[in-house]
Amino acid sequence: MPDESAIIHIEGVEKRYALGGEADVLALRGVHLKVHPGTYLAIMGPSGSGKSTMLNILGCLDRPSSGSYWLGGENVATMPDDQLSEARGLKIGFIFQSYNLIAQLTVIENIQVPLLYQGRDVRLFHQRCVDLAKLVGLGERLGHRPNQLSGGQQQRVAIARSLVNDPLMILADEPTGNLDSRTGTEVLDLIDRLNAGGKTIVLVTHDERVAARAHRVVHMKDGLIDREVVNRPPPMPS
Amino acid sequence: MISYQLASTVRLGIKSLLLHKLRSALTMLGIIFGVCSVIAMLAIGEGASFEAQEAIKKLGSNNILLRSVKPPEQGRSQGGGGSRGSQLKYGLTYLDGARLQTTIPGVLRVLPMRIIRENVRFARNEYPCQVIGTLPSYADVSGAAVVRGRFLCHMDEQHKDNVCVITTGLAQRLFPTDDPLDHSIKIDTFYYRVVGIVQERSQPEQRSQSGKMEGQPLDNNVYIPLGTSRTRFGEVLVRRSAGSFEAEEVQLHQITVQMRDTEAVETADPQIKSMLEHFHEQNDFEVIVPLQLLRQAEQTKRIFNIVLGSIAAISLLVGGIGIMNIMLANVTERTREIGVRRALGAKRRDITRQFLVETVVLSVGGGLIGVVVGVITPVVVSQLSDMKTIVTFWSVLLAFGISGAVGIVFGLYPARAAARLDPIDALRHE
Ligand SMILES: Nc1ncnc2c1ncn2[C@@H]1O[C@H](COP(=O)(O)OP(=O)(O)O)[C@@H](O)[C@H]1O
Ligand SMILES: [Mg+2]
Repeated sequence: MPDESAIIHIEGVEKRYALGGEADVLALRGVHLKVHPGTYLAIMGPSGSGKSTMLNILGCLDRPSSGSYWLGGENVATMPDDQLSEARGLKIGFIFQSYNLIAQLTVIENIQVPLLYQGRDVRLFHQRCVDLAKLVGLGERLGHRPNQLSGGQQQRVAIARSLVNDPLMILADEPTGNLDSRTGTEVLDLIDRLNAGGKTIVLVTHDERVAARAHRVVHMKDGLIDREVVNRPPPMPS
Repeated sequence: MISYQLASTVRLGIKSLLLHKLRSALTMLGIIFGVCSVIAMLAIGEGASFEAQEAIKKLGSNNILLRSVKPPEQGRSQGGGGSRGSQLKYGLTYLDGARLQTTIPGVLRVLPMRIIRENVRFARNEYPCQVIGTLPSYADVSGAAVVRGRFLCHMDEQHKDNVCVITTGLAQRLFPTDDPLDHSIKIDTFYYRVVGIVQERSQPEQRSQSGKMEGQPLDNNVYIPLGTSRTRFGEVLVRRSAGSFEAEEVQLHQITVQMRDTEAVETADPQIKSMLEHFHEQNDFEVIVPLQLLRQAEQTKRIFNIVLGSIAAISLLVGGIGIMNIMLANVTERTREIGVRRALGAKRRDITRQFLVETVVLSVGGGLIGVVVGVITPVVVSQLSDMKTIVTFWSVLLAFGISGAVGIVFGLYPARAAARLDPIDALRHE
């Protein structure tokens, strides 16, 4: 049943928020979506259309009420909590609108956090973390704390952190929402470079100019994918 | 691998705690006081009961002590008590001693003693002493060790010789420069030749406080043959005080009955009491059973420990509640961080572990400081007051163990509350 060539394959996914009887909210009403490796996908849509719900399910933070979700060929829709945690840690890199770095940790320590939960010895991965910090342009600030960094720098640390376990894809929820346009552009350029290197990107945005960088743009409305625009063809599945 | 992970979790816990130094320190105080009070109180209790038990042991657990006591007031007024003087006859008799030896089973030796307070002089030195008339077996029964010369012997007793044995302390005081042996000391109007020096069973450096258990200052004793005491001092002892005088006729001040074993002590105790009650019209003796005192002391110590333990447990409980309170606040404050960690791959048990480790670091840290303070406190108490304290290893272990347990017990609820949070809700938390 799963499409082996797709990284994301969702079939008839519904999400129902039980508020009791008539008041139940159907945030997603049977969504179908396939994303192949190396694709840069943007999700757009009005507020309340189900973008965040969709991203939570894609990010294994939540399970669909019904339907299937294959992530890299594995059905995540029915996974128990511990396996979902593992899937998040190994297969997905998160970039949040508000950076979400851990305040008491330094730059390098923040980058190391996802390693801890996979039982990986931080010392063995130290060089990798340093390289990632350099990649995002923060090689000189390894010992700094988040409150000593600008918003753009914090978001770049978050990007380095999302890459440390070499995930299948990066999920970004309004990554430039809190940034001014110049630093926002820097962050988006960085994401472009990751995609050019082969990373699959799924990004939620309100901004047409941000969405213009993606291969595919899906527009959501009332819990369904209303239409899809292809800006440029995604790389062919090999 | 596991230990490495634990080490880094502990490091992280310490880091998080250092973020709120004052708050963490205040939270720790509860545990510090709890642990410190457990150790200090147990040390003081241990010390007190040790002293009591030592004092009792010195009396000998195979012995039963009988003492003459002045009968209550009514008995005295019967004796005709004019203001000028009266003569009172009471106490244990030679006959009592003989009866004990022959009628009570399990008796090894009966050791009679006459204890008379007199000043003892040598050259210009004069000290108030207890002049104890007793038998040669005293040394064995009381466990006094002969340091120089010899103890009293049967020949001394037979000839009612004017010889004496003195204790080491008295020897040092009376003879600061001379060798006491073969010198004669003066008691009342007679001279007694020193034939030996003994060391009492209790150490001389022990304070006179504990010596009081026996009702005599510890190290100012002169031992003379019992027969000598009878002939030199007579049976009637006169005590002068403020113009009037009081004469007492007391044959023996004390009889130490040495029993075969502790079992014999148990059975002989009521027998001795009923025998003496039968032959004595007035209540002029007391029976002291060191073995029973020892048991009582042990019982008291047990109760004491339970009471102390409960107090300490309550203070640790309060400390634990303080920790739990802070950790719950901590979890709420760090909800967002919990959401982030969950998104980055942390399982529920990782979150549980993180907060549990933090609580345990807090409580064990407090426990360590508490142990240090708790070990120092008894030392200071001993220095300031004359109290003896003993810090036992198990009390330190107990206190420290409890502090760790408190951390786990009171940390579990907040840690699980943190782990139960839904990652999406937690991420949305402001
Ligand atoms: N936890 C929730 N409980 C109840 N309703 C929810 C919950 N989360 C989202 N919704 C509802 O689901 C719908 C989709 O929400 P969301 O996915 O956040 O939309 P978007 O991100 O596109 O603004 C909305 O009507 C919203 O009110
Ligand atoms: Mg949203």
